[in-house]
Amino acid sequence: MDYNFYLSTMWSVLKALPLTLEIWFFGIAFGLVIATGLTWLRASGYKSGEYFTRAYVFVFRGSPLLVQLYLIYFGLSQFDFVRHSPILWPILRDPMYCTIVAMALNTAAYESEIFRGALRAVPVGQIEAAKAFGMSPITRFRLVTLPIALRLALPAYSTEIILMTKATALASVVTIMEMMGTAQKIQHDTFRPIEVLTCAGVVYLLLNLSIARLFAWVEYLLSPHLRPAPEQSQQIKPVPEVL
Amino acid sequence: MSASLAAAASTASSANEAPAISVKDMRKCFGDHEVLKGISLEAHKGDVISILGSSGSGKSTLLRCINLLETPDSGEVRVDGELIKMKPGRDGNQLPADIRQVERIRANLAMVFQSFNLWSHMTVLENLVAAPTHVLKRPRAECLEQAEALLKRVGIWERRNYYPPHMSGGQQQRAAIARALAMNPKVMLFDEPTSALDPELVGEVLRVMRSLAEEGRTMLVVTHEMGFARDVSSQVMFLHKGEVDCLGEPKEMFARPSTQQFKQFITNFNK
Repeated sequence: MDYNFYLSTMWSVLKALPLTLEIWFFGIAFGLVIATGLTWLRASGYKSGEYFTRAYVFVFRGSPLLVQLYLIYFGLSQFDFVRHSPILWPILRDPMYCTIVAMALNTAAYESEIFRGALRAVPVGQIEAAKAFGMSPITRFRLVTLPIALRLALPAYSTEIILMTKATALASVVTIMEMMGTAQKIQHDTFRPIEVLTCAGVVYLLLNLSIARLFAWVEYLLSPHLRPAPEQSQQIKPVPEVL
Repeated sequence: MSASLAAAASTASSANEAPAISVKDMRKCFGDHEVLKGISLEAHKGDVISILGSSGSGKSTLLRCINLLETPDSGEVRVDGELIKMKPGRDGNQLPADIRQVERIRANLAMVFQSFNLWSHMTVLENLVAAPTHVLKRPRAECLEQAEALLKRVGIWERRNYYPPHMSGGQQQRAAIARALAMNPKVMLFDEPTSALDPELVGEVLRVMRSLAEEGRTMLVVTHEMGFARDVSSQVMFLHKGEVDCLGEPKEMFARPSTQQFKQFITNFNK
C-alpha cells in the first residue's frame, strides 16, 4: 500500500475541509431561518400562508437538490434582470453563494416539515395547562410549546443536518474545490479512485460521526425527564436467587 | 326571632359580596350534540361545590367553559362580579372579546386536571414557579420560597427536583395541586382529580383537597368520589344530560335523593 499517497491525499482533502464546513454552516444557518419563517407561516392560520408553504415544500422536497443547484447557478443567470440586478447578480454569479442558497432553500423545506410535525406532537394537555394558568400565547410558546417541540424535533433535525453534510459534496459540480471537488481533481490527475475516494469518504464519515455525537449529547442534556428516575438508576435490584 | 334575624343578616352580607363565581344559563354544543343545556351556578367565597354526574353529563365541559378552555355558545360567567366579555364570532357562536381579560381571570382560577398536565420538561419546583413568575410577575426568589412551602404542605418536598414522569400519579397530582395553589387563586377548579389514579393513591390526593376545603378555599370539584362530595363539599350539584338535575346540601341530598336520576346514580355507585 502506498502510504505516502494516502497521506498526501488525506492532507489535500483535509485542507478543503474548512470550505466544506463553510458551505455546510451557512447552508444550515440560512436554511434554519427560512424553515422558521415557513413553519410560522404554516402555523399562522392564514390560508394563503398554508398554500404557500405547501407549494414550497412540494417544489423543494420534490425535486433533486442537484437540479435546484443547476437551476440557480446556470439557469437564473439567463435572465437579463438577474444579471443587471445590483443585489441578485453578486450572489448568483458566485458558485459558493449559489450552493449555499440552493442548500438553504432545499433543507428549509424538509426542516419546516420536521418542525410542523414536532409542533403538532406537543401534547394538548401541556398547552391547556399553560392556558389555564393565564399564560399569554407568547409566554405559552416560549415556556411550554417551544421547549417540548424542540426536543421532539431534535432527532429528525439531526438526521437532516447529516444529510446536508453529505449534500455539500454537490458543490463540486459548480466548480467549488471543497473536499469532494479536491478529491475528484486528485482522482483525475492520478487515476487512483480507490485511494482518493476512500480518503474523502473517511473524512465525511468522521465529520458525520462527530455531528451525530454532538446532537446525541444535546438530546441527552435536554431530556433528563425521559431518563430513569435518579433513585431507580442507582438502585440496582439484586438478581433473584434461583430456587 | 333572634335566629331569623341572624339568618337575614348573613344573607344580606353574602348578597353584598359578589359571588366568587357565577354562571348564568350556560349552553354548549359539540356539533349537533348539546352538552350543556342552560346551566346556572353560583359559588360564594369558601364554598366547595362538588359537581357529580355520569360520564357525558357535561360536568367537565361546564368546568372547562368557566375558564374558557372551551368557549361556551351562550351564557355568562362572572368571576368576583367581573363579567367575562364575549363578542359574536363569525358563524353565530361567541368568542372572548378581550383575551387579556381572559388570561387575567384564568390566573385567578387555577385548574387541576384529570391527567395532571404537569409540564414534563420542568422539575416540580420549576412547574410551581413558572406561572407565578411569568404570569403574575412576582419575584422569583419569593415564588421559590412559596413553592417549597407548598411542596412541604402536600408532602412531596423531597421530590422538588424530580421531573413529573419520575413520580407516581398521586405525587404528580399533589404537585399539580401545589402548582395551582402557587397562583394564590380565588377559585380552584378540579377536573376529576382522582380519576386517573390507582385506587391506593386516591387517598393522598383527597386528603390534600380536604385540607384545602377546611381552610376555606373556594373550590369547584368535578368528581366521582362520593365520599368527598358527601363529607367535604358545602353543596352538591348533580348534572344529568346537560342539565342541573338537582342541587343542594350534601347530607340532605344523599340521605333523601330528590330525583329519580340522582337516586339511581348513587345506588349504582354503592353497588
